[in-house]
Amino acid sequence: MYAMGVMFVPPVILFLLGVLVNRHTGVLMEEWVRPLGKRTKNPAVVKFLLSSVMQRALLAPMVWILMTLLDGKCFICAFSMNVDPKYFTGIPNSTGLELVKIMAKVPCKEDVIFKNSSFRKAVSRYVRCYSQAIGWSILLFFIFLGAVGRVIKPCFNHATFLQTRYWSNYLDIEQKLFDETCVLHARDFARKCVVQFFENMREDVTVRMPLSSALRPSTIRNEYEEEEEERLHGITRQDQVDHLLQTWYECKPELDVTKMAYKPKVCITWEDHNGKALFSDV
Amino acid sequence: MDKFRMMAQILQSNQESFMNGICSIMALASAQLYTSFEFNCPCIPEYNYSYGISMLVIPPIWFFLLGFVLNNNVSMLAEEWKRPMGQRRKDPTVMRYMCVSISQRSLIAPAVWISVTLMDGKSFLCAYSMDLDMSEFGKNVSGYGLSQEELLRTLAKIPCKHIYDGQHILSRDAASRYICCISQAFGWLFLLIITIVAFLIRAIRPCFTQAAFLKTKYWSHYVDTERKMFDETCTEHAKSFAKVCIKQYFESISGEIQSFHDHSCGDDSDDDDDKPETEEDKLLGIRRQDTMNKVLWDWHMCKPALSLRKCEDVSAGQNGDCSMNANNNQDGHVCDKTDLSVGQKGFKSGYVNAGLDIGQRDLGRGYDNASCSVDQNGFTRRESKASTSQNEFMNGGVPSSCIAQKKAWAVYYSKV
Repeated sequence: MYAMGVMFVPPVILFLLGVLVNRHTGVLMEEWVRPLGKRTKNPAVVKFLLSSVMQRALLAPMVWILMTLLDGKCFICAFSMNVDPKYFTGIPNSTGLELVKIMAKVPCKEDVIFKNSSFRKAVSRYVRCYSQAIGWSILLFFIFLGAVGRVIKPCFNHATFLQTRYWSNYLDIEQKLFDETCVLHARDFARKCVVQFFENMREDVTVRMPLSSALRPSTIRNEYEEEEEERLHGITRQDQVDHLLQTWYECKPELDVTKMAYKPKVCITWEDHNGKALFSDV
Repeated sequence: MDKFRMMAQILQSNQESFMNGICSIMALASAQLYTSFEFNCPCIPEYNYSYGISMLVIPPIWFFLLGFVLNNNVSMLAEEWKRPMGQRRKDPTVMRYMCVSISQRSLIAPAVWISVTLMDGKSFLCAYSMDLDMSEFGKNVSGYGLSQEELLRTLAKIPCKHIYDGQHILSRDAASRYICCISQAFGWLFLLIITIVAFLIRAIRPCFTQAAFLKTKYWSHYVDTERKMFDETCTEHAKSFAKVCIKQYFESISGEIQSFHDHSCGDDSDDDDDKPETEEDKLLGIRRQDTMNKVLWDWHMCKPALSLRKCEDVSAGQNGDCSMNANNNQDGHVCDKTDLSVGQKGFKSGYVNAGLDIGQRDLGRGYDNASCSVDQNGFTRRESKASTSQNEFMNGGVPSSCIAQKKAWAVYYSKV
């Protein structure tokens, strides 16, 4: 029981840790659970992400199990009592213990009944040999599976596989970028909020009156403020932010950026009184 | 640290040198694994032989298969073998070359394991200790009164120092020296044979078909590099797509359009080459989910031809433009990426002109009215049919003949 525990409980823990630590788990769960929104769901992408998470998480447990098998101590501890002692010479009969108890003490080198006895070494060699054979067989099986999988996979639906891989990579990048954008937005929002608060607290009251455009000084804002405005993307209130975050989950936008890429640009042409173009942005 | 990084960069520059690096690491790993692996002969007559020979044979098989698993060229080879013909012929010599090179590289680590095992001698000792001929040591077997079975059992214990109990019959050291000596002889013989074979292959091969070999090597290199570039381009595209999608989403929620803060309006057209690529440019014209799916689908199902087209005068939008040329040719053409920028400039200015014409007329009625949507619709339709003619765009019509020949000249990274 002890040996089986040592062999199997740490792999389970390692597996769960592997799944927890993987970023793709979050992406996978979100994609699986989200409402449809404006974007169709592709089950192949979910399956692809799941298989990649599983593969990575299974690596550490497999290494543990194989190391314990190749080392052999767990096997000796677990199965020394199942060995038939009549194949081995030199069993310590004089101790008066039962046979089973003697066999159970085989894993313990220091026990007094085995002093100067080659019996213990012979039995542990035998069991270790079995353990190593099983370990190598498992290794061989998995590597064979891996090699066959590598060779055969492109033969089935490779074009679909290219699509699935691209979109799962896209989902991962999109989530990362969204988090980054939100962080940047929060920072600029906070900065503007604080600046606004300070300005509101000013003691002297300035009378503000609209100035005609002829007298207004050129309103070239500094580059930093313009960049900040751009990063805010027009989201400037708490309810807008809440609405944005809610909609991101409930109604994901469609995968079509044609509108953005071909936004109408305002290009100004200056003409003189004859209609001849003096300067044009075109 | 820098040297290490440089080395890593050199090794990863292409698949072959990467595989060379992996091979040397695996060879070292197999030697190291052998020394750290506790060889555990069972010293029992029934199992000695199987254990000894398995330790000699099974890990090499494992290393060989591991070489296949780690080598990206394997899936590339399978992909090249299984893909539909598309517009690109399949070359069986290239595939044979890749197969041979994969196998050669995968054979190195197993060879190292086998030679290390033979040199060390333990597995030979374990497997053949029972086959020892006692008369060679000058011992008379019958003098000890042992049955055949007991003799075998004693001999089987020779590999195990601590449980050997036949010291009075046969000195363990003498027997193990003898067998180790035979094992080392086999080990050196094995090394000699594989060195001679490798030497013959290297020295003699250039005498046969060297020109064809150069061609094959080039194209297999090309396939590898092309695949890597495609994956990189897809990743870059996904990044830009995500950025633009998120920006669009933010703006759709807020209802504001950030076009007034665009810095590019006042630049001269001469500075176009120096301007850093915007995210929209990096999209390479692929802006929708179904378009991207088509790109990925056709990459496998209908690989483009190995023929780079020269686009000399696309901006004029004349008869001699891409679509016409491509229609005449059986193989089909793919626009050279570097020439596309010429086409793009020509086309872009054309587009803005058109947009402005329509936009100006309706400027009084407001910004985001039907005029803009016409541009978009026209573009979308043009995009999905992959038409490249400017005239067609201006007319707002779509040539129906192009649909039938879409597969023949579909431009993948269509900026035009």
